Amino acid sequence: MLRIEQLVKRYPTGDTALRGVSLSVAEGQVVALIGPSGAGKSTLIRCVNRLVEPTSGKIWLRDTEITALHPRQLRRIRRRIGMIFQEYALVERLSVMENVLSGRLGYVNFWQSWFRRFPQTDIDQAFTLLDRVGLSDFIDKRADELSGGQRQRVGIARALIQSPDLLLVDEPTASLDPKTSRQIMRLITELARERGLAVIINIHDVPLAQMFVQRIVGLRAGEIVYDGPPDGLTPDRLSEIYGAEDWGASQATTAEQEPSLTAQE
Amino acid sequence: MPVRIANNGKIWQRYDTTTRLRLWGGWLGGTVITLICWQLIANRTRWEFAADAPRQLAIFLQRVFPPDWSYINQLWQPLWDTLTIATLGTLLAVIIALPLSFLAARNTTPHPVIRYLTLLIIVVSRSVNSLIWALIIVAITGPGVLAGIIAIALRSIGFIGKLAFESVEETSREPVEAITATGASRLQVLSYSILPQVMPSFAGISIFRWDINIREATVIGLVGAGGIGLNLNATVNLLRWDQAGMIFVVIFGLVLISEAISARVRQAII
Ligand SMILES: Nc1ncnc2c1ncn2[C@@H]1O[C@H](COP(=O)(O)OP(=O)(O)O)[C@@H](O)[C@H]1O
Ligand SMILES: [Mg+2]
Repeated sequence: MLRIEQLVKRYPTGDTALRGVSLSVAEGQVVALIGPSGAGKSTLIRCVNRLVEPTSGKIWLRDTEITALHPRQLRRIRRRIGMIFQEYALVERLSVMENVLSGRLGYVNFWQSWFRRFPQTDIDQAFTLLDRVGLSDFIDKRADELSGGQRQRVGIARALIQSPDLLLVDEPTASLDPKTSRQIMRLITELARERGLAVIINIHDVPLAQMFVQRIVGLRAGEIVYDGPPDGLTPDRLSEIYGAEDWGASQATTAEQEPSLTAQE
Repeated sequence: MPVRIANNGKIWQRYDTTTRLRLWGGWLGGTVITLICWQLIANRTRWEFAADAPRQLAIFLQRVFPPDWSYINQLWQPLWDTLTIATLGTLLAVIIALPLSFLAARNTTPHPVIRYLTLLIIVVSRSVNSLIWALIIVAITGPGVLAGIIAIALRSIGFIGKLAFESVEETSREPVEAITATGASRLQVLSYSILPQVMPSFAGISIFRWDINIREATVIGLVGAGGIGLNLNATVNLLRWDQAGMIFVVIFGLVLISEAISARVRQAII
């Protein structure tokens, strides 16, 4: 459903973040994008909804060539692409409900959104989603009163109320503690399965990715160096993605920690 | 480099040697200039007049005190005019300046050319004092409250516009990206991600300017732009210092009240 061909991104500063990336994601498929910091993960998913303009290359969402769209058409296609951010990117001074409803902005006109007159169906959907992510008691709270995990749940509800076909998720757990991280990963992958969404999740926590995702893409210095199942990520492969490191040792320690962490939940 | 290698290890100092010498030179130069200026001022002062100052002050105070308390009955209308000038002037400025601030801020301007035009408007407005604006407007519209309102507004547009666009530029980018990613239009992005971030500072800036404008509105009457300044001008021309004294008392009260209100409101916002 998503097809990326020979995507190149060179920033005005001269950094080449992507060097000809090609990637396809099938309907309903969840892909984890791993790689060291600076590999180009954020740039890649930002090119998909053109928060970052690609330098060259093509991106198709189903039959639409995203890279060829005019601003108005681009806004229409963005409604079908939900995005979840590392730092949640909520509007701090708006309520939880307003933050969730802001996911519907592409579907209502300016005055409807200015006076907060969203269609009842949107509001019903917001209630349902807030209930689903476990925030029904926080509807009137301001976003800046929530904890990190709660904020990310609002972020998830905001992305899902768009009724997207594709979800772009940028390091959703990087600011969260290990237990909350897994809850958030579980929530995202469960919701994606329920709704049959295709998802790209940027994540630097390899064990967490392996736990929840069936396909892993490894990015290094703007190039794809791995694309396969989680258990194909041998220490050698990981060194190739992340550079020389004693992967055997670090995996052994995570393996030891696993049971105790799971028990806590 | 602030770190030096000495024979017994590394030495760290806040400034390196050249910076220290420059700071020294700066202080020395500043002191010399201050002394020279002092000398110039002393040479050009007529010391007989300066020595006379306490006596003049005593005479002035005798003329002003006691104020003519009954004069207050003629001051209610000018007082109301002053308040009107300050409030409507500020309101007009707010209505114009806040939208301008989005055109002037780097992160929201539709085009660099528009940005520079807006900055020009802001600079022109700021570089002319309210009293001068009042002179100009009175020459155009004739004297009165309307001239005062326009003069206050013209001066305040730059003040509010500048502080407001700076706070727009300080907003965080993440919510803007998030709202953009939902497929919202430019105006929706502004109203949902930038406006909530800058609302408190917009309100604070406006009320702060209102507080300043109360004081300015008491003065612009001197050039005929309405308000209590008109009365001040008239009483001084008639040498009715006791009435002028009453006006001082009233202005003092007005300023105290506006200070209190603006402080209270700003506290409530933050
Ligand atoms: N806005 C930007 N301007 C200039 N260079 C950037 C910008 N964003 C990212 N880069 C550069 O692009 C490269 C990839 O960054 P990024 O996509 O953020 O990687 P990741 O998300 O994998 O950490 C880095 O070298 C980074 O310095
Ligand atoms: Mg990143």
